[in-house]
Amino acid sequence: MNWISNYVRPKINAIFSKKDTPENLWTKCPSCGMMLFHREVKDSLYVCNGCGHHMQISSTERLLSLFDGGIYSPIETEDVLEDPLQFKDTKKYAERIRETRKITGEKDAMVISMGDIGKLKVTVAVQNFNFMGGSMGMAVGNSIIAGVNNSLKHKTPFVLFSAAGGARMQESILSLMQMPRSIVAIQSLREEKLPYVVVLTNPTTGGVTASYAMLGDVTLAEPNALICFAGPRVIEQTIREKLPEGFQKSEYLLEHGMIDQVIPRDKIKNELIILLHILMKKPRAIRGNIKKAGEEKSSALK
Amino acid sequence: MQHYLEFEKELATLEGKATELRSGNSSSGNPADNREAEKLEKKASNLLKELYNELTPWHKCQIARHPERPHASTYIERLMSEFIPLSGDRKFSEDKAIIGGLARLNDLPLVVIGHEKGNDTKSRIEHNFGMARPEGYRKATRLMEIADRFSLPVITLIDTPGAYPGKGAEERGQAEAIASSIEKCLQIKVPLISVIIGEGGSGGAVALASSNKVIMLEHSIYSVISPEGCASILWKNSDKMREAAEALRLTAKDLSKLGVIDEIISEPIGGAHRNIDEIIPRVGIAIERSLKKYHKQSPEAILEDRRNKFLNIGKLRL
Ligand SMILES: [Zn+2]
Repeated sequence: MNWISNYVRPKINAIFSKKDTPENLWTKCPSCGMMLFHREVKDSLYVCNGCGHHMQISSTERLLSLFDGGIYSPIETEDVLEDPLQFKDTKKYAERIRETRKITGEKDAMVISMGDIGKLKVTVAVQNFNFMGGSMGMAVGNSIIAGVNNSLKHKTPFVLFSAAGGARMQESILSLMQMPRSIVAIQSLREEKLPYVVVLTNPTTGGVTASYAMLGDVTLAEPNALICFAGPRVIEQTIREKLPEGFQKSEYLLEHGMIDQVIPRDKIKNELIILLHILMKKPRAIRGNIKKAGEEKSSALK
Repeated sequence: MQHYLEFEKELATLEGKATELRSGNSSSGNPADNREAEKLEKKASNLLKELYNELTPWHKCQIARHPERPHASTYIERLMSEFIPLSGDRKFSEDKAIIGGLARLNDLPLVVIGHEKGNDTKSRIEHNFGMARPEGYRKATRLMEIADRFSLPVITLIDTPGAYPGKGAEERGQAEAIASSIEKCLQIKVPLISVIIGEGGSGGAVALASSNKVIMLEHSIYSVISPEGCASILWKNSDKMREAAEALRLTAKDLSKLGVIDEIISEPIGGAHRNIDEIIPRVGIAIERSLKKYHKQSPEAILEDRRNKFLNIGKLRL
């Protein structure tokens, strides 16, 4: 596969050609309420200049900011059986997922890509919270397996950005089965001694946290992200325990020994370059290759 | 006193009346009362058959959670010829929501691990209703390591509403503990057989059930979320648990069709709790039969078999 011939430059145009109508010229920071110029928010990777609050970033923009020159190739994932349980709550699952696909333009909640990060070839998985809350169903399982297989084939590290409300209830037991299923995949990375790095983003909860998201060789987290098994509401309702300030947030987990680092979005790329080069026993990354994340997009457009 | 479920009300009346008649005349031996009692008992037994012939998924949830349903400790006590309990995670504490130890099934040495719900108020609290904290999963992980080191097969008995949602549990890494327990299940090179004896509640269950073979009692349930929880999230109404139980496909029959479980053990009429003497040996035989299959397999093949089982899930329709 000639993956370089297949890179995703057209997608960049799609993002930048969106009309900057007055309505979306400004974004209000949901944390401090500051009005932010839309273009600036994009350039700061959806981090508020005022308070540092990390907003949702689309998987495409995440990937553009991460890969050298914003160049990467998508990795195909195996299709799943559509709705084998014929699940229906207030609406049919088949219908719900069809609509979600139409709105998001995505097949499911996790995309796999490969490209260079600091001139090192890396396989990257990004979980998309906008697709049914990023929920883990069979498709997410298949994505992880495809990502791991790609890592094994090209001997690359595997970096996974998690974001999910947990298991996809509409796939019931089959979503639960993705916990062991994804871990089987992760184990083959371990056996081949390929690094598995997890970047936890807001929110990562439930069965996702209790499987592949907590098993990284190195685990980073974006600031102030909710990371838990049982959510704060569930705990307060069932146990009626009062929860302390900042409970289950990245910084709290760091303090309790659950993760390695809390790291702002614009520093993730550099940190990955350095740590992946060390884990892969590559020579020190050349300083010139380490750029500020925002610079990637502009260089990709030239 | 027998505990009756919501759908067994009529049965409770019949059996109650019969018992009353029989106890009322135990000394006098009134033949008319005896005849009447017999009639009622016949009626009750027919009704029991009827009820258990057309159980809905929600009924099964109730049976799976029946307070008199045999628990892990019942199986260990009555099935294992020897049992040495092992305690603690060596990191923080002992968690009695998960019990386990070295045991012998007939002559076969093995490690047994199970969720324990307890059977009266005191023991239920002591075992935290079968809801484990990180320490429970870490103890299970430790026991699986021992089994692996000494080439002992592992039997897990699954019966939990789910992992415990508490402040301390979260702080001490509930998610990591479950993830690592699943990973350990998928690492050991000895046969790992799970029997879902009651409630297979979500991550707390799969933490011990990522096995070569998952066997399920006929009226047990296994699900990603409780029907009540599912109803309140998807229907935004916790009273819709019947519909949720239906939709979740949490019965042994449906899970078998989906290839998630491998064998169903049929229960006595009226559920396992109505005839514990009958269900215990059935479970024993099923475990022994399952273990035989791995007798001649290499440790690597046993592990491979387990991993492939999970990789292949999701190819079957209902
Ligand atoms: Zn702000």
